[in-house]
Amino acid sequence: MDNPNPVLATGPAIHDAAAAPARSTLDFLKHNFREYGMLISLVAIMAFFQVMTDGTLMQPLNLTNLVLQNSYIVIMALGMLLVIVAGYIDLSVGSVCGFIGALAAVLMVNYNWPVVPAALLCLGVGALIGAAQGWFVAFFRIPSFIVTLAGMLVFKGLALALLQGQSVGPFPETFQRLSSGFIPDPFGTEGFRSASLLIGSVAAALLGLSALRGRRNQLRHGMETEPFGLFVLKIVVFAGLLVFFSYMMASYKGLPNVLIVMALLIVAFDFITSRTTLGRRIYALGGNEKAAKLSGVKTERLSFYAFVNMGVLAALAGLIFAARLNTATPKAGQGFELDVIAACFIGGASASGGVGKVMGAVIGAFVMGVMNNGMSIMGIGIDYQQVIKGLVLLSAVFVDVYNKNK
Amino acid sequence: MDTILEMRDIGKAFHGVVALDHVNLRVRAGAIHALVGENGAGKSTLMKVLSGVHPAGSYSGQVLFAGQERHFKGIQDSERLGIIIIHQELALVPLLSISENVFLGNEVARHGVIDWVAAHGRTRALLAKVGLKEAPSTLVRDLGVGKQQLVEIAKALSKQVKLLILDEPTASLNENESQALLDLLLELKGQGITCILISHKLSEVARVADAVTILRDGSTVETIDCSAGPVSEDRVIRGMVGREMADRYPRRKPAVGDTVFEVRHWRVHHPQHADREVIKGVDLHVRRGEIVGIAGLMGAGRTEFAMSVFGRAWGHRISGEVRLHGRPIDVSTVEKAVAHGLAYVTEDRKGNGLVLNEDIQFNTSLAHLSAVSRAGVIDAGREHAVAQGFRDKLRIRSSGVSQKVVNLSGGNQQKVVLSKWLFTDPEVLILDEPTRGIDVGAKFEIYTIIAQLAAEGKCVIVISSEMPELLGISDRIYVMNDGRFVAEMPTAEASQEKIMRAIVTRH
Repeated sequence: MDNPNPVLATGPAIHDAAAAPARSTLDFLKHNFREYGMLISLVAIMAFFQVMTDGTLMQPLNLTNLVLQNSYIVIMALGMLLVIVAGYIDLSVGSVCGFIGALAAVLMVNYNWPVVPAALLCLGVGALIGAAQGWFVAFFRIPSFIVTLAGMLVFKGLALALLQGQSVGPFPETFQRLSSGFIPDPFGTEGFRSASLLIGSVAAALLGLSALRGRRNQLRHGMETEPFGLFVLKIVVFAGLLVFFSYMMASYKGLPNVLIVMALLIVAFDFITSRTTLGRRIYALGGNEKAAKLSGVKTERLSFYAFVNMGVLAALAGLIFAARLNTATPKAGQGFELDVIAACFIGGASASGGVGKVMGAVIGAFVMGVMNNGMSIMGIGIDYQQVIKGLVLLSAVFVDVYNKNK
Repeated sequence: MDTILEMRDIGKAFHGVVALDHVNLRVRAGAIHALVGENGAGKSTLMKVLSGVHPAGSYSGQVLFAGQERHFKGIQDSERLGIIIIHQELALVPLLSISENVFLGNEVARHGVIDWVAAHGRTRALLAKVGLKEAPSTLVRDLGVGKQQLVEIAKALSKQVKLLILDEPTASLNENESQALLDLLLELKGQGITCILISHKLSEVARVADAVTILRDGSTVETIDCSAGPVSEDRVIRGMVGREMADRYPRRKPAVGDTVFEVRHWRVHHPQHADREVIKGVDLHVRRGEIVGIAGLMGAGRTEFAMSVFGRAWGHRISGEVRLHGRPIDVSTVEKAVAHGLAYVTEDRKGNGLVLNEDIQFNTSLAHLSAVSRAGVIDAGREHAVAQGFRDKLRIRSSGVSQKVVNLSGGNQQKVVLSKWLFTDPEVLILDEPTRGIDVGAKFEIYTIIAQLAAEGKCVIVISSEMPELLGISDRIYVMNDGRFVAEMPTAEASQEKIMRAIVTRH
């Protein structure tokens, strides 16, 4: 039933920023708990393991490893986030990842294909796989859980068949550099890669500038903005972290190539989801498919492309993982789907669709990654690692839901 | 004859909105008692009070059944005494057999193990009673609606029914099935079963009812005893609609121009039952600046008609022609319909209209994102300004345009849906139950917006089950029944009686 609000007696609109007394910082935090809460928990988890591992976690070598180990999860989480926001799930990504790695190995090692055409073909095959699965989900309305469960079995089997049960390797050196290479340093300083620090600093500066520009635009249109103090604090913390991490990495071997790929993808997907009509329509599709359809959104085609995109990203992740191991094994990619899906849910995505942010999924992936890494350094067995990760996933989502129902 | 049921001074309110106001109903044992009234008159609410769906304590007044005051806490309590409701949407499980459905929740079992032989035997006996010649093992899915209705009655009989309540039982039945059902009711009456029949079809009521109670706006108008002779339809219709027409609508001077929008020979089939024709050849035209109403009861096919025209959002095997300014236009997808200047404001704003979890801004721009973006990138400032503009213009009460629509009241949600479609700058606006579930003040505002749109020269089609609303705001009214327009009249010549008569008269 309706609120008996006398609509005619509309009070003065509370929209122009000047008239609105800035909501208190605490109040704002409470309303945006999800976004800040995630970041705070990542920092807390890192601090916790930094202490528990006697500082090993933040050592330049380990930080570099952390990035290398998680890059493929993060990359797949970007695609998975779109799939989940659109209201679906993709269980096949681990198998696809392994299958593409196997395909790359067969092409490059057994058939001596050059790296670039082989890699492009692999990405194309990834797109086809995504298209095939998306076809069933989008146009025939078969539940994505079932389609991709089938895909999981199919591509796991195909990877085995392709490799004939053997490991195939090693890869050509150019290909290995995708995962184990670092960006070149023109300054050539020994022991410290200043180019990497420079890139980090420039990125930090760009981040600050674009945030300032965005805020100015918001204010000009009288939109609600976060309190200024919080805004500055956020920028400073983010920029500081960027500079700090690039400094750490610069003092080892510099920024890994894969980090650059990952960072560019994160920026691109964050932009797509938050700023473009395409992203907007995906949220509408997941939020209320019928309403989206009745508003002229081509829901079927959109669902289809979400899966195509997922296929390409899973293929890219497969290439990166294969390059990192320098060999394709029949077991590659197993269980990745669970980490990827967990990353999205830890990052605040909703299983019923329509909710979730790219940065959330990225943070979620790193939460999982830092925990894996930290617990391994601490010497916790793989058995209890799983238990702890499971509990963290459950509690993250529980806090989310609890917070929403409050 | 004794009184089996008496409901005294029943009152019920939902969040301060009165649904039932001192309703009285007295039903004699062994009679067929008809309950009539418009949609929203309170019939269903009254039956929910009786059956315990609205538990004792949530309403005021007394319910007396078989001579004793009852305080039903739930539907189980009323069923135990033999009060069984058969709802319009049947509560059968399609993939279970007839006998599984008949004994669902009441299985013929010992220690949880079902005795199928006994169950089938008893089902067969019950089916014979209701005159349904089907094997007990037939799946309900494979039965037509009419036979499913009989299964429901068999199920009621299996529970030793004393008072059977049927809510619009013939709404989805054809002529023969309806007659058979009414015969069955008379037969059950012969066996001493009392029946409350909710129906819109006065001819049926006249045929079987021993008494008729008319409800209007949550109160009893009168109860007519039919033993003296058949009821006068006029008297019932007047009772159903006779409410005061106060100054609830904005005054406007219609400035109607040439015909702009036309739909010709429109036929639509049901998406699941491909051979069932739902819209059976509808012709409609709307002139510039005209507000056209479509009257009819629920299930007449009005929403299906509107949605099938709007980008084939409903139905299958659609045929017919849509014209704008005399030229046929392609409205085969929602996108194309929108591009041609059509807009459809759904009757189900939560289910089909809004992305509830998103804010006002998001919902306002959704159908016309191209206007707030460049090369696919949304200009957040422009979007904000647009939403802000509509918020001010339509007086949407909210803390700002970034408030989630789920937290808005019904009237304000409806204004957000309107904003979304007004932003597409439509030429033809179809409004489906635009004021359903919103309060009186907001209603007036919505009417004002509709009047403004017509004054701007747009074609407006309003679908409504509230006849006073149609009479209050439209220039011309089509009356729809069973997938056809059964009458068309200028509002100046229309009256609620005339509309109701067109609906209830058999065609």
